[in-house]
Amino acid sequence: MTVRKNQAQLTADEKRRFVNALLALKRDGRYDSFVSTHNDFIMSDRDDSDRVGHRSPSFLPWHRRFLIQFEQALQSVDASVALPYWDWTADRTPAASLWAPDFLGGTGRPRDGQVTDGAFAFSGSGWRINVRVDGRDFLRRSLGGGGVQLPTKAEVDSVLAMPVYDAPPWNSASDGFRNHLEGWRGVNLHNRVHVWVGGHMATGASPNDPVFWLHHAYVDRLWTQWQARHPNSPYLPAAGTRDVVDLRETMRPWGNVTPADMLDHTRYYTYDVAA
Amino acid sequence: MSGITRRQAIGAASAAAGAVVVGVSAAHASAAPRATRPAEPASFDEVYLGRRIQGGPAGGHGGHHADHGGGYSVRVDGDELHIMRNADGTWISVINHYDPQATPRALARAAVDDLQGAALVPLVPATR
Repeated sequence: MTVRKNQAQLTADEKRRFVNALLALKRDGRYDSFVSTHNDFIMSDRDDSDRVGHRSPSFLPWHRRFLIQFEQALQSVDASVALPYWDWTADRTPAASLWAPDFLGGTGRPRDGQVTDGAFAFSGSGWRINVRVDGRDFLRRSLGGGGVQLPTKAEVDSVLAMPVYDAPPWNSASDGFRNHLEGWRGVNLHNRVHVWVGGHMATGASPNDPVFWLHHAYVDRLWTQWQARHPNSPYLPAAGTRDVVDLRETMRPWGNVTPADMLDHTRYYTYDVAA
Repeated sequence: MSGITRRQAIGAASAAAGAVVVGVSAAHASAAPRATRPAEPASFDEVYLGRRIQGGPAGGHGGHHADHGGGYSVRVDGDELHIMRNADGTWISVINHYDPQATPRALARAAVDDLQGAALVPLVPATR
């Protein structure tokens, strides 16, 4: 059974196996197909029309399914690997072990934002950025560079306290848990972390940075924590909503999975500590 | 999306040149305000950090993705920047996707800041 662990608790061997599995998927082209899928949805999900992956209730189940698919690809390379999660309320500076050369490498250099250490530095192992929106083909970051701070535990708790999953108009203007977690309204959790990392993580092609998966694994865990706090709060909307994925409607691109199928993660993975 | 760029990157040195406004096109887009959203913002055309940034109603200068529902397009050195308007009237682009800006001009400038002289890769329609 897959057990997702806090990245700060991984052993040196677990880090090495995770990094090697990422590099293997990169080499055989599967990694870039995940980047392409994400960017396609980023560009087509809109507040006033069809929306599936972002700015909509299915933001959480869509990313849960996306991460499961990615985790299964990693496990096809090395069956011992699980996606770790990054609790950015705790490991909140560029000095965190997450950014050490034996794991994801550090921030980008000032001149051009290029990451220059770790396995994903362009000079190292061939982590070439192929799916991209501009001419640069090296991984970029600017950790904390925009002057923003990562969300605090208190800010996360304020969002977990929201009892309603989502609300009309089911987009970036909504009240409720989903949109506050996604970050288009309120204290801003998920979006702000993308901005804090900077570089590719701030773009539509954000999965080019492997930290994408650790960030979303933590967002996914917050959904589980919210469910535990609000056991009687259902996914919304239930049915009949234009442009939006209702509870039992299938999600693109898979076509065979609904939000209802994604409500219980324990079919697929558990956590190192109780959520 | 292709990995091929259309031209050499301009070079980070141009970033030191600072913003020089060379001209502002006839402002005040004529589109009528829609019921649920603010009016289309004014067109703009300026040089910012050595890059020409333009914005205006889609189609006004060859914008080709009005099919996405966007009534406005932004270009950097002639290349279209994929943009999107949020329900509250703020804007994001594919370069700054998680950080809404108040206006398309601010969005274009934020993209130029991030690009550090690199050229945009031309838009390729979604594969779905």
